[in-house]
Amino acid sequence: MTDHTEKPVPAIALLVLGCPEVPVQQALVLNIAHNFRKRGTAVHAAGNPAVLNLLKVSDPEKRYLPETQVLEKCIEEIVEKKRDAKLCIVFAHSDAGITYAATMRHLLPETRLVVIIFGKDPEPLAALIDFPCEKIVEKAVHNPMQLRKKINEVFGWAA
Amino acid sequence: MGCIENLAYEKILPLGASFRECREYVEKNFAEFWYVDPGYKLFDEYIIGLPPIALGIDGSKIVFPYTKPCHGTYLLAVEDADEAARVRKTARKKK
Repeated sequence: MTDHTEKPVPAIALLVLGCPEVPVQQALVLNIAHNFRKRGTAVHAAGNPAVLNLLKVSDPEKRYLPETQVLEKCIEEIVEKKRDAKLCIVFAHSDAGITYAATMRHLLPETRLVVIIFGKDPEPLAALIDFPCEKIVEKAVHNPMQLRKKINEVFGWAA
Repeated sequence: MGCIENLAYEKILPLGASFRECREYVEKNFAEFWYVDPGYKLFDEYIIGLPPIALGIDGSKIVFPYTKPCHGTYLLAVEDADEAARVRKTARKKK
């Protein structure tokens, strides 16, 4: 049975984004940022320059994502203990995404880690995960609705 | 922070290799290999990956995985005697 109760609100949520080639990611990142920010959680997003440029164009006034950063710099800051997060959400639609999730698990051992595994064939990717985390798995490329529903359930947000 | 593209590297496995393939390749094809964890600094870059990360050494050549979000993981080789010596001092032999 799904628990729809709203979960405690973390101070900062770190979103680790994958390559932007799967369209649902962009929509879900902005939607998740909206849901966190309206509940008082600051959102920090890290990704490669391509994904950050897409977000910059979609969110020109930085209403949803005021803080973005290149992934390598974010990892550098975490390793050097200049950045921390109580919650980290990793978007993974490829082996590279799982690699980033494993890295975050290792670098942030106390952090709640949620890995969103999506794309055309997410199940084999999800099976690669052998480290502690919460997984949200859904086949999703262009249609974000079912995956959004699962994300809302995990965070206790009403649809 | 450095940039891997500034290094004169040789691609051992092309982009799109899985992280596990890279580790297995290093373990099978290099007599000398070492293990590190994500966040280990190599060539002024913090290496990421599924721990343990296998680094191969052949003389002064270091073989290591490098992941880019869009392209997946490559296995690269870079010649650098000082960095190879540093890996031998700071990495571990056991998984």
